[in-house]
Amino acid sequence: MRALDLKLFRDLWHLRGQALAIALVLTGGVATFVMSRSTLDALHDTRAAFYLETRFADVFASLKRAPESLRGRIAAIPGVAAVETRVVTQVNVDLPGFPEPVKGRLVSVPDAGAPLLDDVYLRRGRLIDPARDDEALVSEAFAEAHGLEPGDTLSVVINGRYKRLTLVGVVLSPEVVYQLAPGAVIPDFRRYSVLWMARRPLATANDMDGAFNDVALGIAAGASARAVIDRLDELLAPYGGLGAYTREDQVSHRYLNEEFRQLEQMAVMYPVMFLGVAAFLLNVVVSRLVGTQREQIAMLKAFGYGNGAVTLHYVKLILAITLLGDFGGVALGVWMGQGLGDLYMDYYRFPFLLYRLDPALVLLAALISAAAALSGTLFAVRTAARLRPAEAMRPEAPPAYRATLLERIGLQRLLAPPSRMILRHLERRPFKALLSVVGIAFSYAILMLGSFFGDAVDFLVDVQFRQIQREDMTVSFVDTTGREALFELQSLPGVRYAEGVRGVSVRLRNGYRTYRTGIQGLERDGRLQRVLDESLRPIPLPEGGLLLSDYLGELLGVEVGDRITVEILEGERPVYQVPVARVITQFVGVAAYMDRAALNRLLREGDVVTGALLAADRHSRGAIYDELKARPRVAGVEVREYAIDNFNELMARSINLFSFFVVILAGSIAFGVVYNSARIALAERGRELASLRVLGFTRGEISYILLGEMTLLTLAALPVGFLIGQGMAAYMIETMQSELFRIPYVLEARTYAFAALVVLVASALSALIVRRRLDRLDLVAVLKTRE
Amino acid sequence: MHSDPKRAGSASGELVFEARGLTKIYAMGEVRVHALRGVDLEIYQGEFLVLLGPSGSGKSTLLNILGGLDAPTAGAVRYGDHDLSAYDDTALTRYRREHVGFVFQFYNLIPSLTARENVALVTEIARSPLAPEEALRLVGLEQRMDHFPAQLSGGEQQRVAIARAIAKRPDVLLCDEPTGALDVHTGVVVLEAIERVNRELGTTVVIITHNADIAQMADRVIRLSDGLISEERRNPQRIAAHGLSW
Ligand SMILES: Nc1ncnc2c1ncn2[C@@H]1O[C@H](COP(=O)(O)OP(=O)(O)OP(=O)(O)O)[C@@H](O)[C@H]1O
Ligand SMILES: [Mg+2]
Repeated sequence: MRALDLKLFRDLWHLRGQALAIALVLTGGVATFVMSRSTLDALHDTRAAFYLETRFADVFASLKRAPESLRGRIAAIPGVAAVETRVVTQVNVDLPGFPEPVKGRLVSVPDAGAPLLDDVYLRRGRLIDPARDDEALVSEAFAEAHGLEPGDTLSVVINGRYKRLTLVGVVLSPEVVYQLAPGAVIPDFRRYSVLWMARRPLATANDMDGAFNDVALGIAAGASARAVIDRLDELLAPYGGLGAYTREDQVSHRYLNEEFRQLEQMAVMYPVMFLGVAAFLLNVVVSRLVGTQREQIAMLKAFGYGNGAVTLHYVKLILAITLLGDFGGVALGVWMGQGLGDLYMDYYRFPFLLYRLDPALVLLAALISAAAALSGTLFAVRTAARLRPAEAMRPEAPPAYRATLLERIGLQRLLAPPSRMILRHLERRPFKALLSVVGIAFSYAILMLGSFFGDAVDFLVDVQFRQIQREDMTVSFVDTTGREALFELQSLPGVRYAEGVRGVSVRLRNGYRTYRTGIQGLERDGRLQRVLDESLRPIPLPEGGLLLSDYLGELLGVEVGDRITVEILEGERPVYQVPVARVITQFVGVAAYMDRAALNRLLREGDVVTGALLAADRHSRGAIYDELKARPRVAGVEVREYAIDNFNELMARSINLFSFFVVILAGSIAFGVVYNSARIALAERGRELASLRVLGFTRGEISYILLGEMTLLTLAALPVGFLIGQGMAAYMIETMQSELFRIPYVLEARTYAFAALVVLVASALSALIVRRRLDRLDLVAVLKTRE
Repeated sequence: MHSDPKRAGSASGELVFEARGLTKIYAMGEVRVHALRGVDLEIYQGEFLVLLGPSGSGKSTLLNILGGLDAPTAGAVRYGDHDLSAYDDTALTRYRREHVGFVFQFYNLIPSLTARENVALVTEIARSPLAPEEALRLVGLEQRMDHFPAQLSGGEQQRVAIARAIAKRPDVLLCDEPTGALDVHTGVVVLEAIERVNRELGTTVVIITHNADIAQMADRVIRLSDGLISEERRNPQRIAAHGLSW
């Protein structure tokens, strides 16, 4: 082996502790990158393959009822490649042995042959026998949540009539990859199901013979979806069309996109953090190395090694450390990526996950980490390359120390010589001390990010489910219903109080910005659903005008007092100009609110509601549900408590995993930074400390000098770290906000305490290691080597 | 080992270095230090030259310029037909690689490499080097080839440094106080090694020393003071290293 490379290996071996610590941080960067990118690629590929296989539609529309003959006219719209008409209905599901309310979406499949669009993917069992009218397919998510198998039965309430269905097959569908109930923000596989039935029996049960109420279109390549939608809306308007929309507004597809976006951000943010810290550590270590090897470099050059050879020598050293991190990072990243992929597969129902490690991705990860490492060490390597040999032959002048500020202002009497040494050392190289402080501060900050989510979600649940939504149960009606229905509800045993809600689908428009959502008309003196202002205080509903959640206000770019266009997506589809009365705080979902009476007036309708909020006794909820589910006008019933449980469960799973990653990774950063600064300090000052030992200082005394400095830096980094942590949390919130929910900015004392604890433990650990080395300091060897 | 009896141990008359008006000024902020103030000097093939002079007189500066480690502020220095003062960094590197061997006062060994590997470091980039083992044998270190610098005494480290310098068979061997840190006995061993190279390989040798006794080994002695040559003399008789005492 070449002697210079031998030197490289021995240097590396000598630096192994530090090299490993840095490689660990690099591993974190590469792993998070590989994890998020590979998962993202896998999800992209999987989705594309699944959509292709099942012929996922491009445009979707619901309507009240149109004759099947309209199909031909829809197909004739220029740009339409395929049309699939369907009957779709919301049902209440009665599952033996599960007393809680279960909502369902019942979708028709053609009586003969597969649908042209939005086909189902059979997982188990068989497809429906067209000769039978009591067979159904069930979505896998729901089937798994209840352990349903082909052959099991359940009942649905269609149009007020019970119908018993035999589940013959368990299926997946491109429409419900993310299976979310209408209006819900998080999936609840236990209480929301998607079922498929043959068209004929479903149509018969719904008075839809020879008619349809839902249509999916395939768009020809190159055709404009916008134009197709406009034509389709025109065609469907007389039949109660609710407004066609593209995949971008299709719930499942949209949430997948949202997930992809967040993964993409994750693929940038974490690697940047980790690689930044690694670059910083490498800079410290390599600068130090070049400093101690000045004379070796000079000698090499004196004997004819060129600047290029010397540069290459150090570049190789850096790349060797980087490669170590790459190996660890790719392995860990693949492992975590598969874990993440599996986690996603719990929520995103694909038949398979096309997870593979793209060699290009590995290469890219290696390039990025190498670029980070080399840019971090650019300065140090350049110093080595530029070192003039004659110059380096001269021993470095002793560092110039001076009395520190503290001492100059006359406080030296308070400080014993060892403490003075600490201060002078720090003051002599303030920039270096600052860098160490920043490095350690980042450990605090990243750790804060890890546990901040827990705080934020607890807060979110409290605000959303205890301060905003205070009802015990929610009832939705099939159609608008006179307010008298509330009295009927109120008279049910166990119902203490009922409050009406008028919900209507709308498209809000401000200039070119539009958003499809619903307006919730709430009772003015309502007690069960409240709106909160910016400071989370409940506010009374204004008599007229819209209340927009802050997020929706931003999406539409409107402020209080602006008028926006409200396109009602039902009935005659009227369009109104409505002023924005107030912007309110909402962490979950994207909704607009109005006074119900004002909304009724706007819609020129009577005193009607589409649903009700109930305050009910805990033990009567089951009975109330049983009573309600058979009523033809009741589309669904929900219990808030279950929603909270479900939310917490989902959050607990994903956040625990996330926090676990972050704590491991941030812990490695903390350890890497602190351990490295301590080792460097030891290397730089070993000689000085050994001299002190020779002069009669005890081990404890010299440890104090070194570890005192570390302690000082770690503590100085504390407030800085907290500040950076706050900034990163705010940035994180900014990037993570979505239609699903916005994470509130809440940092609890325990988050600060946790971050401090982990860093202090990491510091104590590295202090112990350093202390052990100090105790074993070989006085003779240290004094013999000339630095 | 091959040796040329005609040239061994004395100058052949062929010019190796020719310096004219060499000046070196170090600017340290406001202060300008004149390390060399116009040195004229010729050095001949196979010559054994000793540079004497008080501390700060410019000896190392001169040696560094001859070795291509540094460039003069003014004046010219030629190596054979080549104008070193016109060389850029790359050319100087090549010059050092192909022609010069250095021995430094503080050895400058790589602590992470053994004696053998330290020598190999240089032979690997030389054109027709000795085997590292042979070079180490020349300085009497065949028993210690696999020791790391920290396991060697100061004199042994210096001998490794010499082995490293001679292993590439340099045309010129430049030594800056090679015995500065050594006792008499070890110093003599080191000087014998250098003398042997000069005698057996015909290598031109320039040694800086503070020790006037060592000057007796030389063909020619040059004394520098305050950046100028203040004395130059030729030894009628060279004394072998083992005959020295100080
Ligand atoms: N890099 C430098 N920057 C500033 N001044 C320098 C530098 N190198 C040398 N000098 C100065 O130039 C003068 C000559 O230095 P040089 O090292 O050549 O002396 P020397 O004769 O080798 O002394 P010594 O016997 O102590 O090694 C000295 O005054 C020294 O301080
Ligand atoms: Mg000198």
